[in-house]
Amino acid sequence: MSMRNVTGLSAMELSDALAQAEVTAIEVTRAHLEHIEQTEGSIRAFLHVSADSALETARQVDARRAAGEPVHDLAGVPVTVTDVVTTTGMPTTCGSQILDGWESPYDATVIERLKARGMPVIGKTNLDEFAMGSTCERSAFGPTRNPWDTSRVPGGSGGGSAAAVAGNQTPLALSTDTGGSIRQSSALTGTVGVKPSYGALPNHGVVSTATSLTQAGPLARSVTDAAALHDAIGGYPARDSTSQTGPSSGVLAAAQRADVSGMTIGVVSELGECAPQVRARFTEAIELLASAGAEITHVSCPGFARATSAYYVIMASEASSNMARFDAMRYGTRIPASSAERVMSASRGAGFGDEVKRRILLGTHALSSGYYDMYYRPAQQLRTRVAEDCAAAFERADVLMSPTIANTAFKLGEAPHDPVQMYNQDTTTVPANLAGIPALSIPSGLAENQLPAGVQFLAPLMADERLYNTGAALERLLTQQWNGPLLARAPKLEAAP
Amino acid sequence: MSETGSSEFMTRDRVAHLASLARIDLEPDEIDRFAGELSSILDCADTLQTLADREAPPMSHPVAVKNVMRDDEVHSSLSPDEVLAMAPATENQQFNVPNIMGDE
Repeated sequence: MSMRNVTGLSAMELSDALAQAEVTAIEVTRAHLEHIEQTEGSIRAFLHVSADSALETARQVDARRAAGEPVHDLAGVPVTVTDVVTTTGMPTTCGSQILDGWESPYDATVIERLKARGMPVIGKTNLDEFAMGSTCERSAFGPTRNPWDTSRVPGGSGGGSAAAVAGNQTPLALSTDTGGSIRQSSALTGTVGVKPSYGALPNHGVVSTATSLTQAGPLARSVTDAAALHDAIGGYPARDSTSQTGPSSGVLAAAQRADVSGMTIGVVSELGECAPQVRARFTEAIELLASAGAEITHVSCPGFARATSAYYVIMASEASSNMARFDAMRYGTRIPASSAERVMSASRGAGFGDEVKRRILLGTHALSSGYYDMYYRPAQQLRTRVAEDCAAAFERADVLMSPTIANTAFKLGEAPHDPVQMYNQDTTTVPANLAGIPALSIPSGLAENQLPAGVQFLAPLMADERLYNTGAALERLLTQQWNGPLLARAPKLEAAP
Repeated sequence: MSETGSSEFMTRDRVAHLASLARIDLEPDEIDRFAGELSSILDCADTLQTLADREAPPMSHPVAVKNVMRDDEVHSSLSPDEVLAMAPATENQQFNVPNIMGDE
């Protein structure tokens, strides 16, 4: 097996090739590192490439295999991690100046698990500062570019994860989803992204911004690969009061089943507004699922239409509270001043970017005396309505379905500058975060502008396996129609000069 | 307050006050910009009050969160050096911080 081909392989194919000793973990890791070196100049997905520790993990996996010791199925399969997840031995910046150069003294639980499975962590990927944004342009360290068209954004906040997967820099990525980050960026890059049920994967070590909304989840080039990563890091952990004890493994089996016959799929009326090109691909996806034996029904979730305002008030309120920890006393960039209070104000003023400041101010306002009942409380009441709408819809359908995002990728700098317009980009994705339910996005095809569009499925809390089953079924039908994966149609990346 | 719109509350003074509560130094041009942007965001959020189901219980969390206690076992923890490694300033194995009182 030539090194060149290794970087195009899926995680499952790599797993097989490693088990059959057709390739070593060192070769797989080295091939991905070389590919990153060749393509990073045009994508800029990484904030840090951890070549040495990744090669060391790979070397250990090869040694264990050579000694006949049992290893995990994904041992030796590389993975990247969004830079809002804490890692020892490499920086965790959250895409912010305030944490420039910061190294965590502990690993997030998901990182401990990746390491325990022998998966080389090849780097930390770019994101909008503290995961606040929808384009990955709000990183303090510059934007990441979409491998489909490097003049365009990869989506966000965790655009680095999606771009790295789409650009074959890694087969697997671990990212986070607060209001749609994983799903939206996967839709814009032609990849598969999953926001698991709230608490289905450990969130310990994910730097807190909006604690009741954020969930870590997998990104990959196929539903099966995403499921394999989900299974590898799932399960009830200590140190995490949000973790759920329900079934969190076994999604790989569901992805391999890929059978929607007899299932009822509800198309959400309130989430249908989208660009005509995205709409056409969405309609085709519905028809394909019907042809495979799914019953298609239409469901109404009136609360979803109002969810975005509630989401932004809740997100900003939680963020304003969580971000108080960045006080330049124990860690982070400190701007010298005459008193602790002045140090805090100066350091936060210099260390935070626009979007983070905007949300902290909004949250401070929404939580302040006299305004709590005007904003925060009604937002929480609307959140209840969104959750009730979900529960009612799942009485009528096994899974729900909508376009992942209403449009295809913006050009860099061309996303709406008006925050309200930008926030409305998230209309389709925020209901899942508010309700805590799992959601998955897969590519639905190319729009007329030859850029990927996405379709999203939603399932009841802790029924993540339904998403993997449904997503894999549609993925198989679409891949047959396309005569191969959608990413095979992405233009070849030019090597950086 | 949707009749009046809360944007009129988001004056430069209000933004400056919020920034001081949140301990964020803002430049004058930032205050101008945020006053405008926060006004339009709040105009949208104003609809929350009229839309919210006043009978609905407020939802703070998507799942029932309960306090989780770990087993009471002795195990190693981070060393002082590890804890202090990223501190902006340290002294005698402690975080060194500027004056807390007496400046204002």
